[in-house]
Amino acid sequence: MENMSKVIYLDNNATTKTDEEVFREMEPYFCGLYGNPSSMHTFGGQVRRKLDEARERVAALIGAASPSEIIFTSCGSESDNAAIMGVLKSSPGKKHIVTTKVEHPAVRNLCKHLAKNGYFVTELGVDKDGMLDLDRLKESVTDDTAIVSIMYANNETGVIFPIDEIAAIVKEKGSVFHTDAVQAVGKIPIDMKSAQIDLLSLSGHKLHAPKGVGALYVKKGTKYSPFIIGGHQEHSRRGGTENVPSIIGLGKACELAGANIEYENTEVKRIRDKLEDKLLELAPNARRNGNKENRLPNTSNISFEYVEGEAILLLLNDLGVCASSGSACTSGSLEPSHVMRAMGVPFTAAHGSIRFSLSRYSTEEEIDVVIQRLPGIITRLRAISPFGRGK
Amino acid sequence: MWDYTEKVKDHFLNPRNVGEIADADGVGEVGSLACGDALKLMFKLDEQEKIKDAKFQTFGCASAIASSSALTEIIKGMTLDEAARVTNRDIADFLGGLPQEKMHCSVMGREALEAAIANYRGIVPEKKLELEGEIVCTCFGVTDVEIKRVIKENDLKSVDDITNYTKAGGACGTCKEDLAKILAATIGEVKESAPLEKPKKKKLTNIQKMQMIQETIERDIRPSLRADGGDIELIDIDGNRVIVAFRGVCSACPSSEVTLKENVEKKLKEFVSDEIIVEEEA
Repeated sequence: MENMSKVIYLDNNATTKTDEEVFREMEPYFCGLYGNPSSMHTFGGQVRRKLDEARERVAALIGAASPSEIIFTSCGSESDNAAIMGVLKSSPGKKHIVTTKVEHPAVRNLCKHLAKNGYFVTELGVDKDGMLDLDRLKESVTDDTAIVSIMYANNETGVIFPIDEIAAIVKEKGSVFHTDAVQAVGKIPIDMKSAQIDLLSLSGHKLHAPKGVGALYVKKGTKYSPFIIGGHQEHSRRGGTENVPSIIGLGKACELAGANIEYENTEVKRIRDKLEDKLLELAPNARRNGNKENRLPNTSNISFEYVEGEAILLLLNDLGVCASSGSACTSGSLEPSHVMRAMGVPFTAAHGSIRFSLSRYSTEEEIDVVIQRLPGIITRLRAISPFGRGK
Repeated sequence: MWDYTEKVKDHFLNPRNVGEIADADGVGEVGSLACGDALKLMFKLDEQEKIKDAKFQTFGCASAIASSSALTEIIKGMTLDEAARVTNRDIADFLGGLPQEKMHCSVMGREALEAAIANYRGIVPEKKLELEGEIVCTCFGVTDVEIKRVIKENDLKSVDDITNYTKAGGACGTCKEDLAKILAATIGEVKESAPLEKPKKKKLTNIQKMQMIQETIERDIRPSLRADGGDIELIDIDGNRVIVAFRGVCSACPSSEVTLKENVEKKLKEFVSDEIIVEEEA
């Protein structure tokens, strides 16, 4: 592999580098301060205080009214499962769930599973820009709707849904609202005090904390039953000894994300825009997927028509560039990504969709390498393709 | 990340014989943009009807491009009759193997070759092979004839295998039941045409008997049940009494008693011992 020592990592919606400051904050809690925060002794008690600090830091990033509204979990998927199952369990009479066709598998496949087990699931579609029809949402929520679960921002396209407006609709209809905000937290400002969101999922490794830690926000007063039943940890809302070092890391990562959110929405956005504009200009028959305005500042999803995504990714990989694709060959199934299909992206484009997701570590030099090399890759693959002649 | 062999990577990064032959003798096209992969194969013959030159154009992933490149290398220098005998397995073997999920790329290569030969022989002037048989998978347009052929040529054992090799059932999945039926029928045909050497029934030790019962269930009973979405589990062997339990759809099947006697017990009597009695777990 050419240049493998120097990786250009543009796959931050998949996972991020653990920030070195985060790592340093975690380090003492492995071999030195390894006490159990539930213990009575001082050795454990000092760890408890550090956990409380982490909880405050997470609460602060999303503007929660109180740190007690934060439950630590093992990942974003657990947070999503806990939110939906926890709400369903505490309202056993209601059998209807509203969600969308573009959710992360953690929500989508859970809802599919529930649909086979006595629940009725409404999946809202999106338009070609990836946006929801809010009137459809209004019509869909009924007295029988136990929970509405709609993502904050889409992992593939970066499209942001008008979550505050959606939450208001759901609350007016008297249901419970959960949002999977795994891709949004740390990238755009979120304020739970002004929003009517009941539950919100977030994940550590998407915002420069390590993998294996997440959190679920549960607004005070929300009826919620624990998903993992066990000890009295997390105010008896999530059993299991806390993953102390990672939770401390998540706290630090949230603090850093808060400090960097301005940078994300200016500098990261600027180089993302440069990457996107240049690629659309230099590679013929390329198109942006997803609404241009309502979008995360770090994500760009571009389809290169008449070429296949996996082939593009492997040639990029050869240059040390990491990205991802919604093509059939990379989705693990034989169909292109459910998000591309829900948006009605034509097959000619869906198979050749590439997602670039930047972070505060991305540099303009890295972006320039991609701008310089990718159009050649597309030309090379189109030369092999029976459909790309002369394009 | 797919686990590709060095040879697949080489043929993807440096594909051989890319392009078009202006005055090709045979042209075959398979796949489509919608399906996510498509291959156009062209060849030119010499006076002895040997393939003098072959070229391809492919839209698809790394293994589709590598399979096309391999195909052209394989058939160059072959007579048409030799080329007609090339199977998808030959393409996969040439590349040092393909991941299971990518075997359909090698099948696409063989189909394009078949279409090109048919085009040369004047059977299909429009370069596309007329689909033979009934379409089973409407998402990818795969027929029963094609599915049966791939099952036989590759000794496929499950519906997942069929999807990996032909893509059939890989999208909406509604044809999976039909695939299971085709699989069961095709496995049956293969068995009839090549009957297994029946082991001689001699006095067995207990351990030999247990092994043979397990082997028979594994080889002759389980595949057909699995093809129907069910399964069988060996619970206990007590002398000549064999206790089994049905799983999956078999467990709820009203005719499981019939399956027990007609299929399981008959097979075990045939291959292991006439004294075997099969019972379902209470």
